[in-house]
Parts: sequence; structure tokens; C-alpha cells
Amino acid sequence: MTTTAVPPTTRKDWASDQEVRWCPGCGDYSILAAVQMLLPELGVRRENTVFVSGIGCAARFPYYMSTYGLHSIHGRAPAIATGLATTRPDLDVWVVTGDGDALSIGGNHLIHALRRNVRMTILMFNNQIYGLTKGQYSPTSEVAKVTKSTPFGSVDTPFNPISLALGAEATFVARTHDMDRQHMQETFRRAHEHRGAAFVEVYQNCNVFNDGAFEKITGRDVRASMLVPLVHGQPIRFGESLQNGVVQRPDGRLEIVDVADVGEDAILVHDEQRPDPGLAFALSRLSHGPDEPTPIGVFRAVERPEYGSSMARQIADAQERRGAGDLKALLRSGATWTVE
Amino acid sequence: MTTTEEHQHQRRQLDRVVIRFAGDSGDGMQLTGDRFTASSALFGNDLSTFPDFPAEIRAPAGTLAGVSAFQVQIADYDILTPGDVPNVLVAMNPAALKANLGVLEQGATLVVNSDSFDERSLGKAGYASNPLNDGSLAAYTVYEVPMTSLTQEVCKEAGVKPRDAERSKNFFALGLLSWLYTRPTEPTIQWIEKRYADRPLVLEANARAFRAGYHFGETAELFEANYEVPPAHFPPGEYTQVSGNQALAWGLIAASRLAGLPLFLGSYPITPASDILHELSRRKEFGVRTFQAEDEIAGVGSAIGAAFGGALGVTTTSGPGLDLKSEAIGLAVNLELPLVVVDIQRGGPSTGLPTKAEQADLLHAMYGRHGEAPVPIVAAKTPSHCFEAAIEAVRIAVKYRTPVILLSDGYLANGAEPWRLPDVDRIEPIDPGFAAEANHVGDDGTPVFWPYVRDPGTLARPWAPPGVPGLEHRIGGLEKADGSGNVSYDPANHERMVRLRAAKVAGIARDVPAVEVDDDTGDAELLVLGWGSTYGAIVAGVRRARARGHKVAHAHLVHMHPFPSNLGEVLARYRTVLVPEMNLGQLSRLVRAEYLVDAHSFSKVQGVPFRAGEIESAIESLLKGSA
Repeated sequence: MTTTAVPPTTRKDWASDQEVRWCPGCGDYSILAAVQMLLPELGVRRENTVFVSGIGCAARFPYYMSTYGLHSIHGRAPAIATGLATTRPDLDVWVVTGDGDALSIGGNHLIHALRRNVRMTILMFNNQIYGLTKGQYSPTSEVAKVTKSTPFGSVDTPFNPISLALGAEATFVARTHDMDRQHMQETFRRAHEHRGAAFVEVYQNCNVFNDGAFEKITGRDVRASMLVPLVHGQPIRFGESLQNGVVQRPDGRLEIVDVADVGEDAILVHDEQRPDPGLAFALSRLSHGPDEPTPIGVFRAVERPEYGSSMARQIADAQERRGAGDLKALLRSGATWTVE
Repeated sequence: MTTTEEHQHQRRQLDRVVIRFAGDSGDGMQLTGDRFTASSALFGNDLSTFPDFPAEIRAPAGTLAGVSAFQVQIADYDILTPGDVPNVLVAMNPAALKANLGVLEQGATLVVNSDSFDERSLGKAGYASNPLNDGSLAAYTVYEVPMTSLTQEVCKEAGVKPRDAERSKNFFALGLLSWLYTRPTEPTIQWIEKRYADRPLVLEANARAFRAGYHFGETAELFEANYEVPPAHFPPGEYTQVSGNQALAWGLIAASRLAGLPLFLGSYPITPASDILHELSRRKEFGVRTFQAEDEIAGVGSAIGAAFGGALGVTTTSGPGLDLKSEAIGLAVNLELPLVVVDIQRGGPSTGLPTKAEQADLLHAMYGRHGEAPVPIVAAKTPSHCFEAAIEAVRIAVKYRTPVILLSDGYLANGAEPWRLPDVDRIEPIDPGFAAEANHVGDDGTPVFWPYVRDPGTLARPWAPPGVPGLEHRIGGLEKADGSGNVSYDPANHERMVRLRAAKVAGIARDVPAVEVDDDTGDAELLVLGWGSTYGAIVAGVRRARARGHKVAHAHLVHMHPFPSNLGEVLARYRTVLVPEMNLGQLSRLVRAEYLVDAHSFSKVQGVPFRAGEIESAIESLLKGSA
């Protein structure tokens, strides 16, 4: 609202006075901490920051922030945030959601917010389970998952959230995980900088209903060999001594190889700005679940006109062309006649 | 246009006439009716229209299902309905004749396009023999006019191919009717020139067809007379012709101006509400943001988001959409944010009758949410009243921080009438009254902002859009502690909040005008209580009953929830209360429950409005029964 310098803040300034009520040991704590520690670095104001959520464990997030916040109804956060972001371009709008909220009941709103490129930063906590309703399988749960609602194992094929976002024409798509605060902060920072809809999948551990879902790839001792960091302009390599890498075969297929076998020059260099999302999509399919080497980082970051700005430009153009609306003239825009 | 030969015809005066234009969906009957209406409005008649078209865009050509009709009543006095029984039917094909013959007055005038009465078209309409020559229309005055071939003939000189020229035959019909009812021709010619400016050949064909139709009436020996419906006596002022959806859209723009709030419309296309979205999307110079959402839920959700940010959030829909929006409306009840939900009612249940009118969403608006979730309801009563009703809905929403449901219906939405333009400078402004500072002292003595501290008069909570330092707050769908707005599961607090929300909405009754009763003698035995689009038919029906010597009063509700505070007292004054509704008795149920009054329900659920005659008979039979 003002143009004066943003007063410096600390993590504490971004925390509300409400007691955090997630289960002890929940991955959500570390994501909350990452966001609260990042915000002081972004040079943004509390009063211009809004967290919008739907329903689920993740959706309690706004209550714990000292910003403006709106805890809405199941799945609808991207729709609500669209109305807010398009009418208030001065605000930083964050959407905090989960795999059920964003991909099941709210799937439609998510894909449309992404394709429209409405300026909002979407953090989707993916724990591959329904937590708040106490342990049913989610649209990201693996096939054969045994849960309270699938005692014989689920028969649903899960969504790959990154593939879905890319298919929905998203301009910014990234993945991070709750065990690495620094990676979360860097990813969130990039997402926040993006002019448009930014989608971040955060692998998050639900220690009560789906404990250890990502342990095989995010555990401290396995991380180096199981997470494939995507860094723009860098060859895609991983492993303790970066001995592994990703190559693209002549038929377009991506494959994990030993760098020694193919030579460093053969390793695919990551380009998050490729206009065509095809390669990013292929990267999102590199792993079939959190037990294979899985890429993290920014898959795609491209520029496209932001929805709210385009809307505002049409209004400005109309006002320039026709002058600011005149109500009396509006009522007389059809044929009129006078009775003496 | 010369009218030198006019003397050959008699000119007869009529005080009113009801004309029904009917043809195939692709024949342009809505356009024809609309243009006839526009020139009548400019001429100074009072008028009321009833577009009556199928849900299919192009049902199979020539079939009964594909018939599209437009009914208009024009008069030299103030009329309130499009007329009970048409005096004239313009039938462009056999199906149009067959579908509409039953609704005409005895001995009605039929103007038919005789070119279309070939074997194939007759067969499609289900005629075994040609009604034009089998004697079945003996009771009618039939004018057979070969409109298609005459149109093709007159377009040939302009180089228009016969098949293209055929499409201008509705303008021939319009020209003919313009002569028959002495409508001014200039407005239509000007309209054609403007509308088809970029398609010179179409312009030429339509203008030629229109003129040819007019001249045909003048010169053909077919018609023994033409008619004049003199201008009506209107109160002085500037007038325009307006449809309900147009007036509603303009009302929203006006309200946005009055409140100084940018208008945001989140909407998903649905018949018969889409024209509001269309109209508002054209008005960007007013700073209007229209968002065609991915679904009905996103329509209302985005409007709630906009309202949280301090805009005037509006969503427009019809019945099926209202079903989908229910959960979000409940959220707005709990968030206590201003929101206007416009429901253009249509026939239900489910997809029902998308293009037909019904008033069967009243109880849905009233109760269609889980939990105790009271929502104020405003109902428009005529097409032009939609303007005022929209402003009133916004006023209540903003002042009381609540969602408001604004009910209109398909009949109001598409119907048109002359409208004396209001002086917009004299409409009361709406104060959004945004919160500007802390409103509570915290435990540690510092000032804090509590989002659920209420205004003692209205019980409304502060509206504090983001952007103001110190007013940061979190709200949501979970129950909140009275005052602080923090999440609360406390049993006593929940009951207090439920009662506070109910009291806030109930208190709006003190802030709405008392219901007015039209009781001309002051000692009526029967009160007709109506709401919504039945207004015209009820007023006309009551007039007729009075003309027969009955003492009848009429009250028409605009505020459906809460009811005006004098309604109970008004109902108690009359021995008999009749409630005509286009549903199975929803308002009658509400007033019976609220006031223990023995209201008699009079129902019609045929997708078409009441006729004045039906109201009149209902009054008579009730008076007879209770005498």
C-alpha cells in the first residue's frame, strides 16, 4: 500500500498466536518453518500477503501465519484465489493444498488456474494419503495401497502431479520435499518470483497414516543416490560422486545411465525454459514412484502473460477507448424516447 | 416510405393487440419480435413481451419441437402482461401454426407464409391434409401470403441468390406486420443498416424484404383494413426498452458505482442467466471484471475471493448452478462477506425446462444449505425492476456482510418492457465501511483487530480487505469464537454464533420498506399475495376481478427473507389470502409457517407465466367458495 522500504522482519513476525495443531512429527511443521523463514528474505509485507487454503491437514496452514488468510472449503482454494488475485494484483497470494484437496475434489480448479496462469503460488503437500479423514487412499496413492477404504488394496492408477500440472499448461512446475529446508526455500523462492501460477509439489511425510512414504528417496543416507536435482543449464547428474546421469535416446526416451559409460557430453542439460513442455514431461515420468531415482527442483519455468494483468489491460484499453464508464450513458445505450 | 395508397384501406383503432410471431428456430422469430417491439416502444405504446423458444438451438427443421415464438402485447394504456390469448398469429410454417393454434383467441387472425405449406413441411408438422384448404381454419381470419417467393423475387434484382434471400423472409413478415399495425418503419430500416453494415448483400436483402412486406400490405387487395394502436399515456420522462437480464446487469454496475467497489462477476454459462455475463463482459470501461469460470463452483468461489479482497463479488446462475453453489454460499454465510448470488429460475428439477420460467427455487434459496445458514432473499417482479432489485441485493449484502440471493426467472430475464429511466444521481449511495483500525484491546493492553466484533445495530462484522497493516486476520469455514474469530469448538460459543447469524439476517426486516397493499376500497375481502414475475398477471387479474365488482387487494413481496416487518399484520387483516405461484406452493408454505395464516395456494407449473384470466378465475372461485 505504501512505497516506503519494507521494514525488516524475522520468522517470528510471520507466525500467528495460534497453537499449531498438526500431529507431532508431521512433515507440515518443517514446511511451515521453511515458509516462515523464507518470507523475511523476500522483502514482502505481511499486510499484502494472503494464504488461501481448502480442506485437509495442509489447509490449516493460514491459521498459523500472521498474514491475511482464508481457510475455505474442500478443493476450492485455486478458484477463490483466482477471484482475489485478479482483483488485487498488489497482493501476494499463496495457496496451500494437499493431494486430495488439489487433485481429487479440487482437480478442476487446479488445472484451470494453471492454464490461465493466474498469479498465485501453489504449494501442494503430497503425502499420498488422506490424513484429516483418518487414512483413506488418495489420488496419488500407489496401486494396491491398503487403507481403511481399500482393505484389499486400491485399484486406482495414481496421478503424477508434475505430469498433470505440465499437461494443464502450467508455466512453473517444481518439486521439493519436507526433509530439505534449504531446497524447499530455494524452490519456494523461485515459485514466488514467478509471474503467473506456480505449482510446487512438496513430498510430505504423514507419520500417522502413511509414515515413510518417501523415505526411500528423501532419507538422509539415500538422498544423494535417489534424488535427481534439476538445475537450469546444468547436466542432469546425481549420485554420491555424480556418477549417474540422464540421457535422451534418439527415440526421445529418457534413461538413467552411468556417466562413465556415455561420457559427460552425452548427459542431458536441463533447460527449464524450453517452450515445449515435452522434455519436462519426460523428466516427470523418469520415476514411477518414490522408490526410484526421482527428479526434484524446477521442471519448467516459462513466461506467459499473467491472467489478472491481461484482464486489467482489457479494462484499461476499454477505458482509454471509451472513457471511464458513464452510468447515465449506459442506461441510454439502446433507443430512448421522451414522454412530455 | 410513401403511404399514398393508404386511403384505400380503412384505418381502425385498437386499444391493444397481442401478436405472436412463430416459426422454425432458424427463422429469426426472436429477432422479428424484438424489432416489432422496439419500433412499438419508440412509437410510444406500452408493451410487454414473452419470448418462448425451445432449449435446442436448431431442433430438426419444420418439426413442432423446433418452433420458436415471440409474443408481444402493445397497447395505448398501461398493460402488465404479454397478453393471455394472442389476437394475431404470424406462422412461418405448418409446425408454427399447429403448435400455436390452441393458444389463440377465437376467430384470431392468422398470417401464414403459404409457400411453406408444401407436402413435406405439412408432413413434418403432422398434418394429414393442408389446413389452408381443408376447411379446418374456417373459424379464423386467414391471410395467406407467399412470403418466401415474394422475398426471393424482390431480392433477385439485388443479386441475392434465392437460397440466401429465403433467409430474409422474416423481415418480409416484419414489414407486413409493420404495415398492418402502422408501426414506424424508419427505426427498423436504420437498425438494419447499422446491424448489417459490414455485410452489404445481407443488408440489402433484409431491407428489400422489409420494404416489400410493408408495400405488400399496402397494395395487395388482401387486407380490408389496417390498425392503429395509439401511444399510451406514460408519466413524463425519458424511456428505454429493457429486458430483465439487461436491467439486472445495469443494476449491478450501478450498485458497484454507488458503493465505490469494483465489480467482479464469476459465472459459468447457463440458460437463462448467460445474458448477464454477456452484458457485463461488454462493459469493461466500468472496471467490470468478468470471469468465465471452469464451473459453477468456481464462479461463486472466485466471487468470494474477490469479496475477501474488497471487491463487489457477484455470481450469476440458474437452478442447477444454484445447487452446485450451495456449499460455497454456506461458506460466505460463515465468512460473513458480502456476496450476491443471482438465480434466474427455470423449470426444474434437474435440467428440467432450461428456457422456461418457474418460481420453484424459493425454498432452495431459503433452506438449501446444510446447517443453520440464513441468507437474505430479494426477488425482482418485472423486467425493469431487476435494476432496482440488483441494487437492493447489493445494499443488503454490503451493509450486513452476507451473501444475498437475488431471484429472477426466465420470463423476466428475456421479457422486455418500456422503462422510465431513473435519475441515477438520486439513488442512495452504499457505504462499504471498510475497517480502518484496531477494534479491540488485547490481553496485554495493545490494540488488536478482531474480525468478528459486531456492529451493535446491524450485527454486521467488520470488512477488512488485505492491505492494511495491523488488520491481518484469518477467517474460514470452521466455527469461530465470537469476537476474535479464532477457531472455536466451544458448544456455547457455537450456539451463540448460530443465533447471532440468524439475528443479523432477521434484523434486516427493520431495514426494508413495509409491504404496500393495493386495496382501492379499503375493505377488500381477499388479498392476493404474490412475489416475483407473477406481478403483471396478478395486477391485471385483480383489475379484472374489481371490474366485475369484487373487492380484492394485492400485495407483492420483493423481500422474501426476511419478510417486511408488517407482513404478519397485513395478512391478518384479510379473511382470505390467495398466493399464486409458479411452483407447488412455496411462498404459501412460508407464510403459513411464519404467520399461521390459512393462505390458499394457487399453482401453475407449466413453464409459462400465469394469464391474467387465470388469476381472475382463481379470485372468483375462492370468493364464491368462501361466501
